Amino acid sequence: MGEAIVITSGKGGVGKTTSSANIGTALAMLGKKVCLLDTDIGLRNLDVVMGLENRIIYDLVDVVEGTCRIAQALVKDKRFEELYFLPAAQTKDKDAVQPEDVKKIVDSLKPDFEYIIIDCPAGIEGGFRNAVAGADKAIVVSTPEMSSVRDADRVIGLLEASDIKNPKLIINRVRPNMMKSGDMMDIDEVCSILAIDLLGVVPDDQQVIKSGNIGEPTVMNPTSNAAVAYRNIARRILGDSVPLMALERKKGVFYKLKKIMGIG
Amino acid sequence: MTATKEHVTIKGNKDGLIFLFNDHCEFPVLLSELQYKLEKTHQQILSGPTINVHIKLGNRDLNVEQEEKIKKLVSNHGNLLIQSMESNQKDIKEENHDLKIIKGIIRSGQSVHYETPVLFMGDVNPGGLISSTGDIYVMGSLRGLAHAGKTNTGNKEAIIAASYMKPTQLRIANIVSRSPDESADEGAYMEFAFLEDDHMQIGKISELHKVRPDALQF
Repeated sequence: MGEAIVITSGKGGVGKTTSSANIGTALAMLGKKVCLLDTDIGLRNLDVVMGLENRIIYDLVDVVEGTCRIAQALVKDKRFEELYFLPAAQTKDKDAVQPEDVKKIVDSLKPDFEYIIIDCPAGIEGGFRNAVAGADKAIVVSTPEMSSVRDADRVIGLLEASDIKNPKLIINRVRPNMMKSGDMMDIDEVCSILAIDLLGVVPDDQQVIKSGNIGEPTVMNPTSNAAVAYRNIARRILGDSVPLMALERKKGVFYKLKKIMGIG
Repeated sequence: MTATKEHVTIKGNKDGLIFLFNDHCEFPVLLSELQYKLEKTHQQILSGPTINVHIKLGNRDLNVEQEEKIKKLVSNHGNLLIQSMESNQKDIKEENHDLKIIKGIIRSGQSVHYETPVLFMGDVNPGGLISSTGDIYVMGSLRGLAHAGKTNTGNKEAIIAASYMKPTQLRIANIVSRSPDESADEGAYMEFAFLEDDHMQIGKISELHKVRPDALQF
Protein backbone atom coordinates (compact mmCIF):
# COMPACT_ATOMS: atom_id res chain seq x y z
CA MET A 1 0.00 0.00 0.00
CA GLY A 2 1.25 3.43 -0.89
CA GLU A 3 1.41 6.48 1.28
CA ALA A 4 -0.59 9.62 0.52
CA ILE A 5 1.11 12.88 1.44
CA VAL A 6 -0.73 16.19 1.16
CA ILE A 7 1.32 19.32 0.53
CA THR A 8 -0.40 22.34 1.98
CA SER A 9 0.31 25.81 3.35
CA GLY A 10 -2.80 27.88 3.94
CA LYS A 11 -1.37 30.92 2.25
CA GLY A 12 -1.13 31.06 -1.54
CA GLY A 13 2.03 31.51 -3.51
CA VAL A 14 4.47 29.99 -1.04
CA GLY A 15 5.38 27.06 -3.25
CA LYS A 16 2.92 24.22 -2.70
CA THR A 17 2.69 23.32 -6.36
CA THR A 18 6.43 23.75 -6.95
CA SER A 19 7.16 21.58 -3.93
CA SER A 20 4.64 18.96 -5.06
CA ALA A 21 6.17 18.77 -8.53
CA ASN A 22 9.72 18.64 -7.25
CA ILE A 23 9.16 16.20 -4.41
CA GLY A 24 7.14 13.94 -6.71
CA THR A 25 9.81 14.06 -9.38
CA ALA A 26 12.61 13.57 -6.84
CA LEU A 27 10.88 10.47 -5.47
CA ALA A 28 10.50 9.17 -9.02
CA MET A 29 14.19 9.85 -9.63
CA LEU A 30 14.92 7.66 -6.61
CA GLY A 31 13.02 4.86 -8.33
CA LYS A 32 9.71 5.13 -6.53
CA LYS A 33 6.35 4.79 -8.23
CA VAL A 34 4.67 8.12 -7.69
CA CYS A 35 1.32 9.68 -8.53
CA LEU A 36 0.85 13.43 -8.34
CA LEU A 37 -2.69 14.54 -7.61
CA ASP A 38 -3.78 18.12 -8.20
CA THR A 39 -6.81 19.06 -6.09
CA ASP A 40 -6.83 22.75 -6.96
CA ILE A 41 -9.99 22.53 -9.04
CA GLY A 42 -10.56 25.65 -11.08
CA LEU A 43 -7.03 26.96 -10.64
CA ARG A 44 -4.88 24.02 -11.57
CA ASN A 45 -1.16 24.68 -11.98
CA LEU A 46 0.61 21.44 -11.36
CA ASP A 47 0.15 20.39 -14.98
CA VAL A 48 1.91 23.55 -16.16
CA VAL A 49 4.81 23.16 -13.74
CA MET A 50 5.19 19.53 -14.82
CA GLY A 51 4.91 20.47 -18.48
CA LEU A 52 2.05 18.04 -19.01
CA GLU A 53 -0.72 20.49 -19.77
CA ASN A 54 -1.20 19.38 -23.38
CA ARG A 55 -1.51 15.70 -22.49
CA ILE A 56 -4.56 16.05 -20.29
CA ILE A 57 -7.67 14.27 -21.57
CA TYR A 58 -9.71 13.57 -18.46
CA ASP A 59 -9.46 15.10 -14.99
CA LEU A 60 -10.34 14.55 -11.34
CA VAL A 61 -13.94 15.71 -11.78
CA ASP A 62 -14.43 13.34 -14.72
CA VAL A 63 -13.32 10.49 -12.49
CA VAL A 64 -15.65 11.56 -9.68
CA GLU A 65 -18.58 11.94 -12.03
CA GLY A 66 -17.88 8.56 -13.58
CA THR A 67 -17.12 9.91 -17.05
CA CYS A 68 -13.94 7.87 -17.11
CA ARG A 69 -11.91 5.37 -15.07
CA ILE A 70 -8.98 6.57 -12.96
CA ALA A 71 -6.52 4.80 -15.26
CA GLN A 72 -7.81 6.81 -18.20
CA ALA A 73 -7.38 10.12 -16.41
CA LEU A 74 -3.81 9.43 -15.28
CA VAL A 75 -1.23 11.27 -17.34
CA LYS A 76 2.13 9.55 -17.67
CA ASP A 77 5.12 11.82 -17.17
CA LYS A 78 7.27 12.47 -20.21
CA ARG A 79 10.53 11.92 -18.34
CA PHE A 80 9.94 9.15 -15.83
CA GLU A 81 8.28 5.81 -16.43
CA GLU A 82 7.05 5.52 -12.86
CA LEU A 83 5.64 9.04 -12.47
CA TYR A 84 1.96 9.68 -13.09
CA PHE A 85 -0.22 12.71 -12.74
CA LEU A 86 -3.95 13.11 -12.08
CA PRO A 87 -4.97 16.64 -13.08
CA ALA A 88 -7.66 18.80 -11.52
CA ALA A 89 -10.48 20.20 -13.63
CA GLN A 90 -10.02 23.74 -14.81
CA THR A 91 -13.59 24.46 -15.84
CA LYS A 92 -15.36 23.44 -12.65
CA ASP A 93 -15.05 24.81 -9.14
CA LYS A 94 -14.02 23.28 -5.85
CA ASP A 95 -17.55 22.24 -4.89
CA ALA A 96 -17.61 19.83 -7.82
CA VAL A 97 -16.05 17.16 -5.60
CA GLN A 98 -16.54 16.19 -1.99
CA PRO A 99 -13.92 15.02 0.52
CA GLU A 100 -15.30 11.46 0.33
CA ASP A 101 -14.79 11.45 -3.45
CA VAL A 102 -11.15 12.43 -3.11
CA LYS A 103 -10.63 9.89 -0.35
CA LYS A 104 -12.10 7.18 -2.56
CA ILE A 105 -9.79 8.12 -5.43
CA VAL A 106 -6.70 8.25 -3.23
CA ASP A 107 -7.58 4.89 -1.68
CA SER A 108 -7.94 3.35 -5.11
CA LEU A 109 -4.54 4.75 -6.17
CA LYS A 110 -2.74 3.44 -3.09
CA PRO A 111 -2.36 -0.20 -4.21
CA ASP A 112 -0.68 0.89 -7.47
CA PHE A 113 1.70 3.56 -6.20
CA GLU A 114 4.30 3.89 -3.47
CA TYR A 115 3.69 7.59 -2.98
CA ILE A 116 0.71 9.77 -3.79
CA ILE A 117 1.58 13.45 -3.55
CA ILE A 118 -1.52 15.61 -3.18
CA ASP A 119 -1.20 19.26 -4.17
CA CYS A 120 -3.58 21.27 -1.98
CA PRO A 121 -5.17 24.58 -2.99
CA ALA A 122 -4.61 27.69 -0.91
CA GLY A 123 -7.12 28.42 1.83
CA ILE A 124 -8.77 26.31 4.49
CA GLU A 125 -12.19 25.82 2.93
CA GLY A 126 -13.67 23.07 0.79
CA GLY A 127 -10.60 22.66 -1.40
CA PHE A 128 -8.39 22.15 1.64
CA ARG A 129 -10.79 19.62 3.13
CA ASN A 130 -10.88 17.76 -0.19
CA ALA A 131 -7.10 17.58 -0.37
CA VAL A 132 -6.66 16.48 3.21
CA ALA A 133 -9.42 13.86 3.15
CA GLY A 134 -7.39 11.07 1.61
CA ALA A 135 -3.98 11.92 3.05
CA ASP A 136 -2.02 9.84 5.54
CA LYS A 137 0.65 12.45 6.13
CA ALA A 138 1.06 16.14 5.53
CA ILE A 139 3.84 18.49 4.56
CA VAL A 140 3.30 22.16 5.39
CA VAL A 141 5.15 24.65 3.22
CA SER A 142 5.94 28.08 4.60
CA THR A 143 8.22 30.91 3.59
CA PRO A 144 10.12 32.74 6.32
CA GLU A 145 7.55 35.54 6.33
CA MET A 146 5.19 36.37 9.19
CA SER A 147 2.02 36.13 7.11
CA SER A 148 3.00 32.77 5.70
CA VAL A 149 4.01 31.42 9.11
CA ARG A 150 0.71 32.60 10.58
CA ASP A 151 -1.28 30.73 7.94
CA ALA A 152 0.91 27.67 8.24
CA ASP A 153 0.22 27.70 11.98
CA ARG A 154 -3.51 27.79 11.33
CA VAL A 155 -3.24 24.90 8.90
CA ILE A 156 -1.14 22.85 11.32
CA GLY A 157 -3.84 23.40 13.91
CA LEU A 158 -6.48 22.13 11.49
CA LEU A 159 -4.35 19.14 10.48
CA GLU A 160 -3.72 18.20 14.09
CA ALA A 161 -7.44 18.40 14.75
CA SER A 162 -8.05 16.01 11.84
CA ASP A 163 -6.64 12.51 11.60
CA ILE A 164 -3.28 13.65 10.29
CA LYS A 165 -0.77 13.74 13.08
CA ASN A 166 2.77 15.12 13.03
CA PRO A 167 2.80 17.23 9.88
CA LYS A 168 6.28 18.08 8.61
CA LEU A 169 7.59 21.50 7.68
CA ILE A 170 9.37 22.78 4.58
CA ILE A 171 10.68 26.32 4.77
CA ASN A 172 10.75 27.58 1.23
CA ARG A 173 12.41 30.53 -0.45
CA VAL A 174 15.02 31.10 2.17
CA ARG A 175 17.56 33.85 1.52
CA PRO A 176 20.57 33.10 3.71
CA ASN A 177 22.09 36.53 3.30
CA MET A 178 18.87 38.25 4.42
CA MET A 179 18.57 35.89 7.34
CA LYS A 180 22.10 36.63 8.36
CA SER A 181 21.48 40.37 8.31
CA GLY A 182 18.29 39.87 10.32
CA ASP A 183 15.96 41.14 7.61
CA MET A 184 14.27 37.78 7.29
CA MET A 185 12.92 35.47 9.97
CA ASP A 186 15.51 32.79 10.55
CA ILE A 187 14.93 29.04 10.50
CA ASP A 188 14.98 28.73 14.28
CA GLU A 189 12.37 31.45 14.68
CA VAL A 190 9.99 29.76 12.23
CA CYS A 191 10.56 26.38 13.84
CA SER A 192 10.01 27.71 17.34
CA ILE A 193 6.64 29.20 16.40
CA LEU A 194 5.36 26.26 14.39
CA ALA A 195 6.87 23.61 16.65
CA ILE A 196 6.79 20.75 14.16
CA ASP A 197 9.56 18.65 12.62
CA LEU A 198 11.57 20.35 9.91
CA LEU A 199 11.68 18.28 6.72
CA GLY A 200 13.82 20.65 4.72
CA VAL A 201 14.91 24.15 3.88
CA VAL A 202 14.75 25.25 0.25
CA PRO A 203 16.78 28.31 -0.75
CA ASP A 204 15.30 30.98 -2.95
CA ASP A 205 16.49 30.16 -6.43
CA GLN A 206 15.77 31.85 -9.74
CA GLN A 207 16.13 28.50 -11.45
CA VAL A 208 12.79 27.53 -9.91
CA ILE A 209 10.94 30.25 -11.80
CA LYS A 210 12.81 29.48 -14.98
CA SER A 211 12.13 25.77 -14.89
CA GLY A 212 8.52 26.34 -13.84
CA ASN A 213 7.98 28.32 -16.98
CA ILE A 214 9.40 25.67 -19.27
CA GLY A 215 7.52 22.88 -17.49
CA GLU A 216 10.54 21.06 -16.14
CA PRO A 217 10.78 20.48 -12.38
CA THR A 218 13.84 22.21 -10.91
CA VAL A 219 14.92 19.06 -9.18
CA MET A 220 16.26 17.74 -12.50
CA ASN A 221 18.67 20.64 -12.82
CA PRO A 222 21.90 19.57 -11.09
CA THR A 223 23.29 23.11 -10.82
CA SER A 224 20.32 24.42 -8.83
CA ASN A 225 20.55 24.80 -5.08
CA ALA A 226 16.83 24.34 -4.69
CA ALA A 227 17.14 21.07 -6.60
CA VAL A 228 19.62 19.72 -4.07
CA ALA A 229 17.30 20.76 -1.27
CA TYR A 230 14.32 18.96 -2.86
CA ARG A 231 16.38 15.84 -3.47
CA ASN A 232 17.37 15.85 0.18
CA ILE A 233 13.74 16.26 1.17
CA ALA A 234 12.77 13.27 -0.97
CA ARG A 235 15.47 11.19 0.69
CA ARG A 236 14.22 12.23 4.12
CA ILE A 237 10.72 11.16 3.13
CA LEU A 238 12.19 7.75 2.32
CA GLY A 239 13.65 7.65 5.81
CA ASP A 240 17.31 8.52 5.14
CA SER A 241 18.88 10.90 7.59
CA VAL A 242 20.32 13.68 5.48
CA PRO A 243 21.75 16.66 7.32
CA LEU A 244 20.43 20.10 6.45
CA MET A 245 22.62 21.91 3.94
CA ALA A 246 24.82 24.38 5.78
CA LEU A 247 23.42 27.80 5.04
CA GLU A 248 26.83 29.42 4.92
CA ARG A 249 28.12 27.04 2.32
CA LYS A 250 24.92 27.34 0.42
CA LYS A 251 25.33 31.07 0.37
CA GLY A 252 28.79 30.70 -1.11
CA VAL A 253 27.57 28.43 -3.86
CA PHE A 254 24.61 30.67 -4.42
CA TYR A 255 26.80 33.69 -4.93
CA LYS A 256 29.21 31.85 -7.15
CA LEU A 257 26.32 30.59 -9.21
CA LYS A 258 24.97 34.09 -9.60
CA LYS A 259 28.40 35.36 -10.58
CA ILE A 260 28.84 32.68 -13.19
CA MET A 261 25.47 33.55 -14.63
CA GLY A 262 26.34 37.21 -14.46
CA ILE A 263 23.36 38.31 -12.42
CA GLY A 264 25.03 38.67 -8.99
CA MET B 1 -48.05 30.37 56.52
CA THR B 2 -47.55 32.64 59.47
CA ALA B 3 -43.93 33.58 59.31
CA THR B 4 -42.93 36.06 61.93
CA LYS B 5 -40.14 37.37 59.78
CA GLU B 6 -40.71 37.88 56.09
CA HIS B 7 -38.38 35.97 53.83
CA VAL B 8 -39.75 37.39 50.61
CA THR B 9 -40.18 41.11 50.22
CA ILE B 10 -41.96 42.45 47.18
CA LYS B 11 -41.24 46.00 46.20
CA GLY B 12 -42.30 48.02 43.24
CA ASN B 13 -40.39 50.52 41.20
CA LYS B 14 -40.90 52.08 37.80
CA ASP B 15 -39.47 49.03 35.98
CA GLY B 16 -41.83 46.62 37.68
CA LEU B 17 -41.45 44.50 40.76
CA ILE B 18 -38.41 43.57 42.76
CA PHE B 19 -38.52 40.38 44.77
CA LEU B 20 -36.03 40.51 47.60
CA PHE B 21 -35.22 37.09 48.94
CA ASN B 22 -33.81 36.66 52.41
CA ASP B 23 -30.54 34.75 52.25
CA HIS B 24 -30.72 33.45 55.83
CA CYS B 25 -33.42 30.85 55.43
CA GLU B 26 -33.60 27.46 53.79
CA PHE B 27 -34.60 27.24 50.18
CA PRO B 28 -37.88 25.27 50.67
CA VAL B 29 -39.03 27.86 53.21
CA LEU B 30 -38.30 30.58 50.73
CA LEU B 31 -40.11 28.77 47.98
CA SER B 32 -43.25 28.09 49.99
CA GLU B 33 -43.40 31.69 51.18
CA LEU B 34 -43.04 32.91 47.64
CA GLN B 35 -45.88 30.65 46.59
CA TYR B 36 -47.99 31.80 49.52
CA LYS B 37 -47.43 35.45 48.73
CA LEU B 38 -48.14 35.07 45.05
CA GLU B 39 -51.30 33.06 45.53
CA LYS B 40 -52.75 34.38 48.75
CA THR B 41 -51.63 37.82 49.81
CA HIS B 42 -50.63 39.51 46.61
CA GLN B 43 -53.28 38.31 44.17
CA GLN B 44 -53.90 41.87 43.11
CA ILE B 45 -50.58 42.04 41.24
CA LEU B 46 -51.41 38.95 39.25
CA SER B 47 -54.10 40.57 37.21
CA GLY B 48 -53.50 43.31 34.71
CA PRO B 49 -50.72 43.96 32.25
CA THR B 50 -47.39 42.12 32.13
CA ILE B 51 -45.11 43.07 34.98
CA ASN B 52 -41.34 42.78 34.83
CA VAL B 53 -39.85 41.03 37.80
CA HIS B 54 -36.29 41.40 39.07
CA ILE B 55 -35.26 38.85 41.62
CA LYS B 56 -32.49 39.69 44.06
CA LEU B 57 -31.13 36.68 45.85
CA GLY B 58 -28.85 38.46 48.31
CA ASN B 59 -25.89 36.30 49.19
CA ARG B 60 -27.72 33.13 48.30
CA ASP B 61 -26.36 30.99 45.52
CA LEU B 62 -28.86 28.87 43.64
CA ASN B 63 -28.16 25.77 41.62
CA VAL B 64 -29.83 25.26 38.27
CA GLU B 65 -32.61 23.12 39.73
CA GLN B 66 -33.53 25.69 42.36
CA GLU B 67 -33.45 28.46 39.81
CA GLU B 68 -35.83 26.47 37.64
CA LYS B 69 -38.22 26.02 40.55
CA ILE B 70 -38.42 29.73 41.18
CA LYS B 71 -38.80 30.52 37.50
CA LYS B 72 -41.58 27.97 37.19
CA LEU B 73 -43.40 29.28 40.22
CA VAL B 74 -43.26 32.88 39.09
CA SER B 75 -44.08 32.22 35.47
CA ASN B 76 -47.07 30.11 36.51
CA HIS B 77 -48.71 33.43 37.14
CA GLY B 78 -49.29 34.60 33.63
CA ASN B 79 -48.44 38.25 33.81
CA LEU B 80 -45.15 38.03 35.69
CA LEU B 81 -42.04 38.06 33.51
CA ILE B 82 -38.64 37.39 35.09
CA GLN B 83 -36.14 39.91 33.78
CA SER B 84 -33.21 39.09 35.97
CA MET B 85 -32.11 36.95 38.83
CA GLU B 86 -29.13 38.36 40.65
CA SER B 87 -26.99 37.04 43.39
CA ASN B 88 -24.17 38.84 45.15
CA GLN B 89 -22.58 35.44 45.33
CA LYS B 90 -21.99 35.35 41.58
CA ASP B 91 -18.63 37.10 41.48
CA ILE B 92 -17.38 35.01 44.34
CA LYS B 93 -18.53 31.88 42.56
CA GLU B 94 -16.72 32.79 39.37
CA GLU B 95 -13.51 33.31 41.24
CA ASN B 96 -12.69 29.68 41.30
CA HIS B 97 -9.20 29.30 42.67
CA ASP B 98 -8.56 25.77 41.49
CA LEU B 99 -5.69 26.18 39.08
CA LYS B 100 -6.19 24.21 35.90
CA ILE B 101 -3.05 22.86 34.27
CA ILE B 102 -3.15 22.43 30.50
CA LYS B 103 -0.52 21.18 28.08
CA GLY B 104 -0.41 21.86 24.37
CA ILE B 105 0.04 24.54 21.80
CA ILE B 106 -2.61 27.10 20.86
CA ARG B 107 -2.18 27.83 17.19
CA SER B 108 -3.51 30.56 14.96
CA GLY B 109 -7.30 30.37 14.80
CA GLN B 110 -7.66 28.24 17.91
CA SER B 111 -9.16 29.54 21.12
CA VAL B 112 -9.63 28.11 24.58
CA HIS B 113 -11.51 29.43 27.58
CA TYR B 114 -11.41 28.25 31.17
CA GLU B 115 -13.67 29.10 34.09
CA THR B 116 -10.71 28.79 36.42
CA PRO B 117 -7.24 30.26 36.64
CA VAL B 118 -5.11 28.41 34.13
CA LEU B 119 -1.51 27.30 33.91
CA PHE B 120 -0.76 26.66 30.26
CA MET B 121 2.31 24.56 29.55
CA GLY B 122 3.16 25.43 25.96
CA ASP B 123 3.09 28.23 23.45
CA VAL B 124 0.24 30.53 22.45
CA ASN B 125 0.96 31.43 18.83
CA PRO B 126 -0.01 34.62 17.02
CA GLY B 127 -3.68 34.42 16.10
CA GLY B 128 -4.39 32.08 19.02
CA LEU B 129 -6.53 33.03 22.01
CA ILE B 130 -6.43 31.89 25.61
CA SER B 131 -8.94 33.27 28.07
CA SER B 132 -9.88 32.64 31.67
CA THR B 133 -12.12 34.07 34.34
CA GLY B 134 -9.06 34.30 36.55
CA ASP B 135 -5.30 34.45 36.10
CA ILE B 136 -3.41 33.08 33.11
CA TYR B 137 0.12 31.73 33.50
CA VAL B 138 1.84 30.66 30.30
CA MET B 139 4.91 28.46 30.71
CA GLY B 140 6.12 29.08 27.20
CA SER B 141 5.88 31.85 24.66
CA LEU B 142 2.83 34.07 24.70
CA ARG B 143 2.73 35.44 21.16
CA GLY B 144 -1.02 35.50 20.66
CA LEU B 145 -3.88 37.00 22.62
CA ALA B 146 -4.53 36.40 26.31
CA HIS B 147 -7.66 37.56 28.11
CA ALA B 148 -7.62 37.18 31.89
CA GLY B 149 -10.43 38.06 34.29
CA LYS B 150 -13.02 37.48 31.60
CA THR B 151 -16.19 37.51 33.69
CA ASN B 152 -19.44 39.33 33.16
CA THR B 153 -18.37 42.11 35.45
CA GLY B 154 -14.67 41.81 34.68
CA ASN B 155 -12.13 40.65 37.22
CA LYS B 156 -9.57 43.42 37.35
CA GLU B 157 -7.43 41.62 39.88
CA ALA B 158 -6.49 38.97 37.34
CA ILE B 159 -2.99 38.82 35.92
CA ILE B 160 -1.35 37.35 32.83
CA ALA B 161 2.10 35.88 33.24
CA ALA B 162 4.31 34.34 30.57
CA SER B 163 7.82 32.95 30.38
CA TYR B 164 8.25 34.82 27.13
CA MET B 165 5.91 37.77 26.87
CA LYS B 166 5.46 38.87 23.28
CA PRO B 167 1.69 39.04 22.90
CA THR B 168 -0.23 40.55 20.00
CA GLN B 169 -2.70 41.81 22.58
CA LEU B 170 -3.41 41.51 26.28
CA ARG B 171 -6.81 41.90 27.88
CA ILE B 172 -7.60 41.96 31.56
CA ALA B 173 -11.29 42.36 32.45
CA ASN B 174 -12.42 44.90 29.84
CA ILE B 175 -9.09 46.68 29.46
CA VAL B 176 -7.31 46.06 26.18
CA SER B 177 -3.63 46.68 25.63
CA ARG B 178 -1.21 45.85 22.86
CA SER B 179 2.55 45.62 22.65
CA PRO B 180 4.32 48.76 21.51
CA ASP B 181 4.77 48.77 17.75
CA GLU B 182 8.52 48.96 18.08
CA SER B 183 9.43 46.52 20.75
CA ALA B 184 13.03 46.09 21.64
CA ASP B 185 14.16 42.54 22.18
CA GLU B 186 14.40 42.37 25.90
CA GLY B 187 15.99 39.79 28.06
CA ALA B 188 14.34 36.45 28.42
CA TYR B 189 12.91 36.79 31.91
CA MET B 190 9.41 35.89 32.94
CA GLU B 191 6.97 38.78 33.04
CA PHE B 192 3.39 39.41 34.04
CA ALA B 193 0.72 41.95 33.15
CA PHE B 194 -1.68 43.49 35.68
CA LEU B 195 -4.06 46.40 35.99
CA GLU B 196 -3.18 49.49 37.99
CA ASP B 197 -5.84 52.22 37.94
CA ASP B 198 -7.32 50.60 34.82
CA HIS B 199 -4.01 50.76 33.00
CA MET B 200 -2.11 47.72 31.89
CA GLN B 201 1.32 47.39 33.43
CA ILE B 202 4.05 44.85 32.85
CA GLY B 203 6.36 43.71 35.58
CA LYS B 204 9.01 41.12 36.22
CA ILE B 205 7.56 38.00 37.75
CA SER B 206 9.56 38.65 40.92
CA GLU B 207 7.42 41.76 41.49
CA LEU B 208 4.19 39.76 41.47
CA HIS B 209 3.95 39.28 45.23
CA LYS B 210 4.25 43.02 45.76
CA VAL B 211 1.51 43.87 43.28
CA ARG B 212 -0.88 41.11 44.26
CA PRO B 213 -0.02 40.07 47.79
CA ASP B 214 -2.79 37.47 47.82
CA ALA B 215 -1.99 36.04 44.42
CA LEU B 216 0.25 33.46 45.98
CA GLN B 217 -1.49 31.06 48.27
CA PHE B 218 0.42 28.63 50.37
